[in-house]
Amino acid sequence: MLDTARIRPDFPILTKKENGSRLVYLDNAATSQKPRKVIDAIVHYYSFHNANVHRGAYALAVEATDAYEAARTAVARFVNAWTREGVVFTRGTTESINLVAASWGRANVGRGDTVVVTAMDHHSNIVPWQILCQEKGATLRMVEITEDGRIDLSDFGRALEAKPKIVAFPYVSNSLGTVNPAAQLNRLAHAAGAVTVVDGAQSSPHLRVDVQAIDSDFYALSGHKMLAPMGSGALIAKPALLDAMPPYHGGGEMIERVWDDHSSWNKIPHKFEGGTPNVEAAVGLGAAIAYLEQLGLDNVSAHEQELARLTIERLSQIEGVTVFGPREHRAGVVPFTYGDIHPHDLATILDKDGVCIRAGHHCTQPLMRRLGVAATARASFYIYNDVDDVDALVTAVRKAGELFGVLAS
Amino acid sequence: MNDLGELYQQVILDHNRNPRNFKRLESANRRAEGNNPLCGDRIQLFVQLDGDTIRDIGFQMPQGSGCAISKASASLMTDAVKGKPVKDAETMFEAFREMLAGGANAPGKLAAFSGVRAFPSRIKCANLAWHALHAALQNRAEPVTTESAKDF
Repeated sequence: MLDTARIRPDFPILTKKENGSRLVYLDNAATSQKPRKVIDAIVHYYSFHNANVHRGAYALAVEATDAYEAARTAVARFVNAWTREGVVFTRGTTESINLVAASWGRANVGRGDTVVVTAMDHHSNIVPWQILCQEKGATLRMVEITEDGRIDLSDFGRALEAKPKIVAFPYVSNSLGTVNPAAQLNRLAHAAGAVTVVDGAQSSPHLRVDVQAIDSDFYALSGHKMLAPMGSGALIAKPALLDAMPPYHGGGEMIERVWDDHSSWNKIPHKFEGGTPNVEAAVGLGAAIAYLEQLGLDNVSAHEQELARLTIERLSQIEGVTVFGPREHRAGVVPFTYGDIHPHDLATILDKDGVCIRAGHHCTQPLMRRLGVAATARASFYIYNDVDDVDALVTAVRKAGELFGVLAS
Repeated sequence: MNDLGELYQQVILDHNRNPRNFKRLESANRRAEGNNPLCGDRIQLFVQLDGDTIRDIGFQMPQGSGCAISKASASLMTDAVKGKPVKDAETMFEAFREMLAGGANAPGKLAAFSGVRAFPSRIKCANLAWHALHAALQNRAEPVTTESAKDF
């Protein structure tokens, strides 16, 4: 387990009291808290290096550009990107996926084609494909999940028989915690001739990611779930794909030359970064990566998995609690329901003890329908959570049961 | 536990456990659907209007949706407006909304929801059924959502 006694003081917000109790922040799958080093990096950037990037002829602008590009190098190393030019900064996973749908998708998907997603995808990896398919007259095929919350590989195989243009799936499910066999899924999809889009929002913060090893064509991540600021994120892609793609947003920076009636495009990744970028976010993301690398991503995974294992064990001892998701190959996400207590009521009751969990559909309504529930409660862990947090969660859940006189269902 | 006790008063827990008028009303001549897209909660409301009187009323919350607050609110609302003139129902709606916005307590059992004021994230839960009723009485075809009504 990580040394949380040393990690927790790095996070200013964790000193805050919530409703008079210690803040027990267990909504990390939604967003993570930020360490002092990330906050300081942003303040330092604005205090000493701020200028517009890639265009100034003066030293300060060069410093800003260096800071921005150093963050790109950090992201490339963090996920073992093919090249640093294959790292496009975006506002997050959602924008990364929309970029692929709007650019590669519009150029390559046509009438009668198929796009494959899975029933455990987040809305951000479903809706952009629905929009694309509706626009192009293509078919969206959703791969089913198994009873225990894994991608149904036989249905995945059947979906590939349609020779889809795109296969999209999450590396880690935000609603179930399932860690999907990304390398295997990419290999199968490639064999069927598809380009793959891996939603890395829940994998990047929590496990060692190697996009070359899993061989994803496109990989999307969000900074804010991995200690970095909101509005930071990246699309990591094979450079040859990016080279061949039309631009996403038109504007400054993404052009090579502009004539009256047409333009030529800048090289990648700049072709996809029209307008002044969020340099502060990139700098913060770089600092977040440095923090995580110092801890070691394998240690981060082991820590969260141990907390999740303990939580599942302890919650399962409460009569009426149902925990969703697979027994094995899962990240630090614990979705559960408790008898007939609605998850929103659970979340309100837990909040009174300073325990922050998520309740709802977690932006996975197709998955919720398959689980046969309208909503679940979800506890999700990160590097600063410890066994005391698990205790607080379990105690508060028991309290909710007493208040509601729970009927085990 | 004090605030929680205020929020989850016995009458609310009771109506959550045993919701009244929890039925699809085949005789309904007005229907409305309410959605809270943030949490996925849904209510279907059935109203049998007889002239200006709410002769009967029922509601359903599909597939286990509906937290204690939204379900108890729908249950107590249907009890409160059944047999009453439309005008009285609309007056109760106003009073209920004012209470949640920080005003005086609504009359009768509806005052049980005064504790919701201390939980801003739950006000939409308490209001959902009332907005659906308002839509049904106005005979609006469009489902109401907690994100479209200005005054939710």
